[in-house]
Amino acid sequence: MTSKISRRAFLKGSITAAGSVAATTGIARAAKSITHETKEPLVTLLDISKCIGCEECVYACQEANTDKYPEPQKPFPKMYPTSKVPVQDWSDKRDVTDRLTPYNWLYIQNASGMVNGEEIELTIPRRCMHCENPPCVKLCPWGAAKQEENGLSRIDSDICLGGSKCKTVCPWDIPERQTGTGIYLDLLPSLAGNGVMYKCDRCYNRLEEGEVPACIEACPEDVQTIGPRSEILKKAHALAKEMNGYIYGEHENGGTNTIYVSPVPFEQLNKSIETGKGKPHLDKVKNLMADGTNFAKAMLIAPIAGLAAAFGKFYLSSKEDNQ
Amino acid sequence: MKTTGKLRGYIYAVTLFFITLSGFGQMPIFKRYYIADIPGLGWLAQFYVTHIIHYIAATVLIALVIYILFDFIFNRSGLNRITGSGYFKIVILTGLIVSGGLMVIKNLSNIHFGHNSIIVLDLVHLSLCMMLLCVSLYTLIRKKRWVN
Repeated sequence: MTSKISRRAFLKGSITAAGSVAATTGIARAAKSITHETKEPLVTLLDISKCIGCEECVYACQEANTDKYPEPQKPFPKMYPTSKVPVQDWSDKRDVTDRLTPYNWLYIQNASGMVNGEEIELTIPRRCMHCENPPCVKLCPWGAAKQEENGLSRIDSDICLGGSKCKTVCPWDIPERQTGTGIYLDLLPSLAGNGVMYKCDRCYNRLEEGEVPACIEACPEDVQTIGPRSEILKKAHALAKEMNGYIYGEHENGGTNTIYVSPVPFEQLNKSIETGKGKPHLDKVKNLMADGTNFAKAMLIAPIAGLAAAFGKFYLSSKEDNQ
Repeated sequence: MKTTGKLRGYIYAVTLFFITLSGFGQMPIFKRYYIADIPGLGWLAQFYVTHIIHYIAATVLIALVIYILFDFIFNRSGLNRITGSGYFKIVILTGLIVSGGLMVIKNLSNIHFGHNSIIVLDLVHLSLCMMLLCVSLYTLIRKKRWVN
């Protein structure tokens, strides 16, 4: 543990200067044009081979989003039935950075794999994938989860009741709940709701102001790039070709706005990473909204079928009357 | 003719049952309140399953409503035959189909509705559903018919 902290402290100290230079130069200037000039969804590209696991992005995320973190009221209201409604309280564990929590929307996942017979260690920044057709947004029963036109998805903490449906339908189980905060306290706290769900909102407020997300700005190794979808996909494929690597996120769940490029196949990485609560996998994900889309198309047949049946009945009865 | 009317009634009742059940299943309540623990009802806690069942039931409901509408028009049945409660239910059903249709469109990829529009749609759809249930219960108890 001690060695881990000292390594982090060392890396943090040595790269802060580099990070701040990057923040004030090209990245910041590019951000303005990216966020205002494109009609395409904005996609982030993460070159995993560059990540050194320094956690600068993690701390930058926390710093940039501190104002959005919950300040729960304690004691929590008694919620019924108690066996089915777990209290989830992270307010005393705000410094946890080795998994996703309501106070940590980005963490570094350690992975390893074989390349040309050599084992290599990799570190992967993990957060919400910002799906192109996000189930968390589309299936939220209250409209608390939103998708912006620039492709990012976020949860409105003023409306969310903390029912955790977004987490259940998310293929990566990303959103995390904090009990004792949000609008449910003003409604029926004992019988409905359980706090607010939190996840990466890709610094929507920074993007609105023409800035890039904090994690991108803070990265001393330029692991992340942000830009219009077509441009980023082109870059991702070129990068994958250059390093003889692999892509994750382009087709997962029908396509996401987060693209990882790795020198190691993601099947291998997925086997090596620690997964579980707050620790998303890197497995293949089918398009979970596809069935709904297909049934929606089939729904167009309904009026035609109804009309045909009514006309058929009318035709048969007219024929009978004429005879 | 009577058989067709009865069949229509059964289809409407079954559709209304499943569309309401799967509609409420969009909210995370069945698992919390042990309903999904009842043998055979576990699917109520599976959001993708209730989502599809809701779509299927909606498809049947729309087809049935259009069938009845045109059957009414072709037979020149006369609007004055529709009862007050019948009119009320028609208005509610129309609102449910329109708001539901918009929500189906909203769920398609690359479709963006305004945040407030989505919240309004959700609340309108839920409120109309509650109204339809109340009116249907009232007409069932008081044996009120759609048409005289």
